[in-house]
Amino acid sequence: MSSEMSNHPRPPCSVGPQKSIFGLGTPGSSCVAVPEIDVPDIDLDALLGESRREGPPVLPHVTEVEVMRHYSHLAQMNFGVDSGFYPLGSCTMKYNPRINEDAARLEGFSGLHPYQPEKTVQGALRLMVELSEALAEISGLPGVTLQPAAGAHGELTALMCFRAAHEAAGDPRKKVILPDTAHGTNPATVAMGGWDVVTVPSNDQGLVDLDALKAVLDTDVAAFMLTNPNTLGLFDPQIQEITEAVHAVGAFAYCDGANLNAVLGKSRPGDQGFDALHINLHKTFSTPHGGGGPGAGPVCVSGDLAHYLPSPLPVRVADGEFSTLQLGTSVGRVRSFFGNFGVLVKAYAYIKALGAEGLEEVSEQAVLSANYLKEQLKEVFDLPYDRTCMHEFVLSGTRFKAEGVRTLDIAKRLLDYGFHSPTVYFPSIVDEAIMIEPTETESVSTLDGFVEAMRAIADEAVRDPDIVRSAPHTTPVRRLDEVRAARDPHLRWSPTQ
Amino acid sequence: MRYVPVSGEQREAMLRAVGAKSIEQLFQDIPSAVRLKRPLDLEKGMSEIDLARSLRELAEANKPATGFMNFAGAGVYDHYIPSVVDHILRKPEFFTAYTPYQSEASQGTLQAIWEFQSMICELTGMEVANASMYDGATAFVEAALMACRCTKRSRIVVAGSVHPEWAEVLYTYSRSGLFSMDVVGAEGGKLDVDQVREQLDAGVAALLVADPNFFGVFEDVCALGKAAHGVGAMLVCASNPILLSVTKTPGDAGADIVVGEGQPLGNPMSFGGPGLGFFACREKHLRQLPGRLVGKTVDAEGKTAYTLTLSTREQHIRRERATSNICSNHALNALAAGAYLSAVGSAGLTGIARACIAKAHYLRSRLIGTKRFSAPFDDAFGYEFALAYDGDAEELHSRLLDKGILAGVVIEQWQGPELMLFAVTEKRTKEEMDMFVAEVIEIAEAMEKAEQTEDTETTEAVEQ
Repeated sequence: MSSEMSNHPRPPCSVGPQKSIFGLGTPGSSCVAVPEIDVPDIDLDALLGESRREGPPVLPHVTEVEVMRHYSHLAQMNFGVDSGFYPLGSCTMKYNPRINEDAARLEGFSGLHPYQPEKTVQGALRLMVELSEALAEISGLPGVTLQPAAGAHGELTALMCFRAAHEAAGDPRKKVILPDTAHGTNPATVAMGGWDVVTVPSNDQGLVDLDALKAVLDTDVAAFMLTNPNTLGLFDPQIQEITEAVHAVGAFAYCDGANLNAVLGKSRPGDQGFDALHINLHKTFSTPHGGGGPGAGPVCVSGDLAHYLPSPLPVRVADGEFSTLQLGTSVGRVRSFFGNFGVLVKAYAYIKALGAEGLEEVSEQAVLSANYLKEQLKEVFDLPYDRTCMHEFVLSGTRFKAEGVRTLDIAKRLLDYGFHSPTVYFPSIVDEAIMIEPTETESVSTLDGFVEAMRAIADEAVRDPDIVRSAPHTTPVRRLDEVRAARDPHLRWSPTQ
Repeated sequence: MRYVPVSGEQREAMLRAVGAKSIEQLFQDIPSAVRLKRPLDLEKGMSEIDLARSLRELAEANKPATGFMNFAGAGVYDHYIPSVVDHILRKPEFFTAYTPYQSEASQGTLQAIWEFQSMICELTGMEVANASMYDGATAFVEAALMACRCTKRSRIVVAGSVHPEWAEVLYTYSRSGLFSMDVVGAEGGKLDVDQVREQLDAGVAALLVADPNFFGVFEDVCALGKAAHGVGAMLVCASNPILLSVTKTPGDAGADIVVGEGQPLGNPMSFGGPGLGFFACREKHLRQLPGRLVGKTVDAEGKTAYTLTLSTREQHIRRERATSNICSNHALNALAAGAYLSAVGSAGLTGIARACIAKAHYLRSRLIGTKRFSAPFDDAFGYEFALAYDGDAEELHSRLLDKGILAGVVIEQWQGPELMLFAVTEKRTKEEMDMFVAEVIEIAEAMEKAEQTEDTETTEAVEQ
């Protein structure tokens, strides 16, 4: 992205919709030869009887060049971090170092079977133990499980540990409290685990309303879940009072680690009084988002909760040997095998590359870059909570409503300027919210280019609102008919199309 | 290494622009008492050359299954992955993208997932499939929860023949109190339909089975479906996606929800993750489906386009009333599965299934032919089977490992003897299997001899 171009929309995209892969190629084609059977063949009709499939499945019939071109074409219709700036608030779309990708593909990692004898997987166990130790140090919470596959999965795992602790104390509890700024996964997790959700409003500074929190804290509360810094990008300075109030009724304090990128080496959730934290390795530790996953959501817990973690846990035993440990008090498995090992390898490589100093620089630059954008954009957009932010901030597009231009339109118009859209309409306590997270991996010229584009769009919204309202104009497709998609769901290809 | 593209000078200029004297000032909201006042206790960062060396050393401290003559399965399978699959995954526009919420900038991911959904529907014989779950085990749990919502019941009956880790994960989730679970035994290596029927009543939301089951044996899915439906319960069937190309689709067999571990479709074993869970159901239950869905629609100019749809089921819209808390799924692994199925095609997939089945049957009869193994059960199976070894199975496994053979997985079977579970994929050749059998004979004889010598020595020692 060259900054000189960024206050002008880019030319229209030359790549348009692509035929479905089912419509390509010639019947009977494929990339690979059917494997030869060098043993006596088997009569599948006799083997399976009535359980025999009626006809072969209808799958694409394409040669290798056709498959490659199809997916190349699809890739060209996608925008990734490598395509340009991706200021998607709350998602930490940082650059994904390539050595991490190479590492996960080393045969010594990718070729491992989960049930190989322990002596043949010492490197993998060591990697998991060392990653756990690093995450414990970063979080200030000594117990770590790498099993959860994603952030939401980690949330549920941590709440299960809380339940186990309360039940062990003969004090089962029913409610979990969340602030109104919580990510959607928080209330969904609470419900999926069988607790009741209690929501507390934020105060006029966008922080926890301590009085409102205290009013709902009682001995039936299992936990309070908080994202800190919160989804407005604000670090809650009352954090100690919050965690103390939670502990005072015998409840646990849970930290949603979605925003950990702001505080690496600066402040540890464990030191803030949190009892548990999940870490999105695909955010803070740069394992890629993969178009929606796979991620990994390790959970770090206090020493008191460590014996409830899902088993087996990789552990260090004598003489530089590694093994796995089954805990009798564990809440049990939350998924199969050891978690998303391939993702763990990438996070491990990232931490090794950066070290303590590098990780601290990550947060320093992420916070500086966010404030740098905020200071310039607050002149053009409204900034409801005007204070030093952490790694992200939330603007409001309210002032453009009069022109009939909504936040969604601004987000779509950014695509025409070659930038990915920010997160919009979240958190819901901000009207016409535009949530921007630059991360530490953007250059000054990219950030400046983004500011110029936002200014240009603000100008367009007044001068030529139609062009904003009908954006994007340069993407492979124009704005979609979402209503039709939901009203008449068309969820699969079928031969009759 | 550092991945920050800002120089010290630029950093100073940025600080001036925000009106801060120092970086420290930006962190002033963090109370001093909770500030970390020392550097993190981690090793110093590394240059890329040192990092590459250190990662390689760590990888080489493992002996991957792919370097052995590998017969291990039990939920993760060593199938061949055509080269194109990884070259597609390495396209940065796919793997560095976020969840495709901005449809106009995400048509690639969206179309690829829509095609994946279509292929899963085709394999399972179902009407709707979602964009993927974390793994087979969590898809299995989500199916149980969905069945509870659909039937407004809360008891789950699960086959004792499913993967033990899946049953364990189901049990972990059941501690929420949202559902209870009962396990129905499968002592003969597969479910007994009459015994299952005894467990079923009008309080049961679903019967959960795996076909083939953990022992590689095919269950009688049609009869199990009829039994479940007889009490108004749903049938959840977990399937192996390779075998779905030759077996009756679970849809045809009467399943209401079909799930499974999608790793065999183009994903490396990777120590058990990330693979993907696939999840398919009937259209009438669409509103209760967990996870993301891609639908086809048109754009403002009437051009074909794809978008995430029916999101009112999901956590970011519906919050505590969502059908699941899942947000990140396994999109890139689903992309691999779609690319794999496109690369092998229908004839390729059925050919792979046929080859695996034929090879597994060959190996089983050869192993039984050594007289060192016996078959604990004799029902139809796919490409995985269990045998009882006449001796110390762990010892045999360990000695074979020294010979470069990963001889399956040794499993404990309830109170019964230890069993060895062998999986045979299309990667194994007849020559390899013959060599394996020859090694088994040799090692078994050596072990027997050693045992006799030991017995003699013990007897002599006692006599003295």
